Amino acid sequence: MTTATRTAADDTTKSAPKLPHPGPGIGHDEIPRRADPFAVVRHSLTLTWRSLVKLKRQPEQFIDLTLQPILFIVMFVYLFGGAIEGSTQDYLQFVLPGILVQTVVFASLGTGVGLCEDINKGVFDRFRSLPISRFAPLGGAVLGDVCRYVVSIAIVFGFGSAIGFRVQTGPLEVLAAIALVLVFAFAMSWIFVVLGVTMRNPRSVQGTAMLLGFPLTFGANIFARAETMPGWLQAWVDVNPVSHLTSAVRTLLVEGGSATGDALATLAWAAVIFAVFAPLAVHKYKTKT
Amino acid sequence: MTSYAIEAEGLVKKYGSTTAIDGIDLVARQGSVLALLGPNGAGKTTTVRTLATLIKPDAGYARIGGYDVVRQSAPVRRLIGLTGQYASVDEDISGYQNLVMIGRLLDFSRAEAKARADELLARFELTEAAHRAPGTYSGGMRRRLDLAASLVGRPQFLYLDEPTTGLDPRSRGDVWELVRNLVAEDGVTVLLTTQYLDEADQLANDIAVIDHGRVIANGTADSLKAQVGGQSLEIRPADPARLAETAAIVAELTGSAPDSTTRPGLVTTAVHDPDLLPYVVRRLDEAGIRATELALRLPSLDEVFLELTGHPAEDAQPEPAAA
Repeated sequence: MTTATRTAADDTTKSAPKLPHPGPGIGHDEIPRRADPFAVVRHSLTLTWRSLVKLKRQPEQFIDLTLQPILFIVMFVYLFGGAIEGSTQDYLQFVLPGILVQTVVFASLGTGVGLCEDINKGVFDRFRSLPISRFAPLGGAVLGDVCRYVVSIAIVFGFGSAIGFRVQTGPLEVLAAIALVLVFAFAMSWIFVVLGVTMRNPRSVQGTAMLLGFPLTFGANIFARAETMPGWLQAWVDVNPVSHLTSAVRTLLVEGGSATGDALATLAWAAVIFAVFAPLAVHKYKTKT
Repeated sequence: MTSYAIEAEGLVKKYGSTTAIDGIDLVARQGSVLALLGPNGAGKTTTVRTLATLIKPDAGYARIGGYDVVRQSAPVRRLIGLTGQYASVDEDISGYQNLVMIGRLLDFSRAEAKARADELLARFELTEAAHRAPGTYSGGMRRRLDLAASLVGRPQFLYLDEPTTGLDPRSRGDVWELVRNLVAEDGVTVLLTTQYLDEADQLANDIAVIDHGRVIANGTADSLKAQVGGQSLEIRPADPARLAETAAIVAELTGSAPDSTTRPGLVTTAVHDPDLLPYVVRRLDEAGIRATELALRLPSLDEVFLELTGHPAEDAQPEPAAA
């Protein structure tokens, strides 16, 4: 009985192939397509949109983005401000530009963790089976995170103003400072993207990212002036790209004067970091099995 | 014509000292369904991932629609849709957003992507759930959305990696129906992996039985069954007390001792002469044994597997994680 149904089914399916065999180019003229230089950008932006929709669906992520900078401001200004600068208000003016930098650098560590979690899910395999550049899923994740930094930056400025921080310069300088922070964070993220793509476990990514993040943010002139530190530490602080960024932002927001040197150093660092780690991340992602 | 829609020859993939696939050869005609049948760890998923350009084989080659999966991966990716254990949808955005996103990644305009998403949601009866996150879907809905997602780009090749694993029987039936329709209406060539023997039997024109990274048998469900040879006679006496008596009659007629212990209350034995059945019926009648079940049938694919591999269709070593 089973035999009979089977044979009948076979007969119908055997007559089924209506389409000709698709030889190269036959029946699908658009293949192979020319590489479209805008496609990478377009696909990255589509996946940026995905990251942002995710953010909207997980409002608990905003707690991270908002509470952490507030806690840092409160802790440093009121706990250490008096001791470091003699007055909490003076210290607020000094430290707030630094906290702006620190918040965003810390947030960029999270890019690696989030990506590692994401890659372990099925949707990244689907991305890999689509005819899109391997850069797009990574670029989308990073750009999505950059948008989140904007939220953190707004919180730092908002909360800072509420407790007495005053920008001493103009709106153009503020915009320049924000742009600099975002560009640097974008570049930095790729270091953590490499970790996120290479490591299997999001927790190991978190741990390793923290190991890198601490010397970068605390071993800088964010919380104290480099002059107050011992020579060996000063040597590190002076080469640390985060110090250049902090100096530039501090100049742009509070101290006034020329930020060109530090800004250029920051941009140069950002370019180097991006040029090294973005291709490495894409390569690791491509060859990931 | 000698060329096939799917052709693979000698595919090998090693992970360190583990050989995931060890020389896989496959062919499938345009518009047919090819099932890779085998237990967990046999190398089915590695094969699919190789044919989907997700991993590079260490040796061998494969062509999809005439394109080489390694050297021409971009055109291959335009032809295929992938659904399965690994490739799935984004849990964190809605079903509709998932489909629109894939449409946009396939270079549909915004309007086209939205229209295609609506069309697929309607076709797979997901319109009501369209704006919920897939995390809230039932297993069957999830699988339908996975399937919809792999169809956004109207692929000519559909890879289904264990499409019904973990589904209840009704949802399995639904997925089978969808796959049959795709083949019949859209002329899609389907590559299916399954560890369910009945699934391969139900859907596939051709079956490749895979074990330990090798194709150990090839053919239609019927030819595989025939390859194992013989038919199976099954008798269930109405009165279980007369089981031994029934077995004795069968033994006398076939010349070999039947199995009356594996399945309770059922006497089964391999038969090579189909003309035997009337004699069995007559002898049972003479002995006054009433049978509630009396059948001569081809062996099940389970039995085929046992015959071919020498071991039952059970899990081998687990596949390398995320491999």
